[in-house]
Amino acid sequence: MRLFTRRTGQHPVDERIVLDDVHVRLGERDVLRGVTLDLPERRIAVVGANGSGKSTLARLLNGLVLPTGGSVRVHGHDTADDGAAVRRAVGFVFTDPDAQIIMPTVAEDVAYSLRRHGLSRAEVDDRVAAALDQVGLAEHRDHPAHLLSGGQKQLLALTSVLVTGPAVLVADEPTTLLDLRNTRDVGRRLWDLDQQVVVVTHDLDVAAGAQRVLVVDEGRVVADDAPGPALAAYRRRMA
Amino acid sequence: MTGSLAGAYSPGTSVLHRAPAGAKLVALLVASTALLAVRSATGVGVALAVVVALYALARVPWRLAWGQVRPVRLVLVVLLAVQWWLAGPTTAVVTCTRLLVLVALAGLVMLTTRTSALLAAFEAAARPAARVGVDPTRVGLVLALTIRSVPVLVDLVGRVRDAQRARGRENDLRALAVPVVVGALRQADALGEALVARGLDD
Repeated sequence: MRLFTRRTGQHPVDERIVLDDVHVRLGERDVLRGVTLDLPERRIAVVGANGSGKSTLARLLNGLVLPTGGSVRVHGHDTADDGAAVRRAVGFVFTDPDAQIIMPTVAEDVAYSLRRHGLSRAEVDDRVAAALDQVGLAEHRDHPAHLLSGGQKQLLALTSVLVTGPAVLVADEPTTLLDLRNTRDVGRRLWDLDQQVVVVTHDLDVAAGAQRVLVVDEGRVVADDAPGPALAAYRRRMA
Repeated sequence: MTGSLAGAYSPGTSVLHRAPAGAKLVALLVASTALLAVRSATGVGVALAVVVALYALARVPWRLAWGQVRPVRLVLVVLLAVQWWLAGPTTAVVTCTRLLVLVALAGLVMLTTRTSALLAAFEAAARPAARVGVDPTRVGLVLALTIRSVPVLVDLVGRVRDAQRARGRENDLRALAVPVVVGALRQADALGEALVARGLDD
């Protein structure tokens, strides 16, 4: 059974992410310069050097950053006009799990995501238990979140986002703080999700699991292809 | 320190675990107030026996029970000595036992109540304040973040202290304070972004 399935019947039929001539200017700096993309694929990776604009690109997708020019539409929702609907549709996982875990214990943090979903306590408990079981954190349900390992914390952060059933998951360098085993585990889980997944990463092994890879450099998408040619282009740029 | 706040809950199925959080908080308030009126050694002795019985009823491991009062043990010793010297042995024992019982009772509430249930009780208590513009859910969120921030900040201080020690500057207060404050502000920024991303600001 796939637990982290998308909610059905709540999203428009249009299941694409569309960026139309997007510019983002922060202070005096042009972080993104005229990015145009149509992303119908389910598995998308974004790679690029530090400061290239890839994290800003990820933040555009759930309205954390709004374009200063152009538009971003996610599954039919314009991020500038319909922020609340975009955030319901798009889950976001950050690099540092400590910055996104809100409640003191594991189960409580997952349950906190469901507080506005109109579920009974028993339903919340059932969904939390099933979610923690699926990611292998069931035995830690009453443990303090701060005592988990880095990999377990990132799995908890991922679970707390996915338990609400978003249609899209965006992850900004979710494996940067993890060791090799946890990087592989989290990477595999991300690509195995039912959601449309966009992963910003420095890990080329994780990126290789995508259907489409975007290479970002100096605010522009400089390569956009299947993993093989896109990652080869990225390696040439970084040489 | 972190263990006494975040994650103090000890799972169980006792009557105390199943009692509503609001009722336990009200009982704690009433018991604490009543305890202040107890002035005899017999009175505080009975109160102490009741607390021990409540811990037994809750089937809380003694290691966790000790963990609730351990942080105040030095305060109790100093207070006992000062009170003994100033007011005599009876007053000293009564005052210290009263403090011990109060701390143990509060600890018992934390040990038998999930943080989420405590927050829900506080939110319910703050609901009348909605008439004057206070958002009860925000009150609950602020309390949750306060509790959650304790171990995160302790961890941050530990990391900065290790870094200073590695550079041979362990006694430089400014070298500790500046990165801790900067780190805490960055953490707060990141947390704010995560709250928005989880739709908790909508």
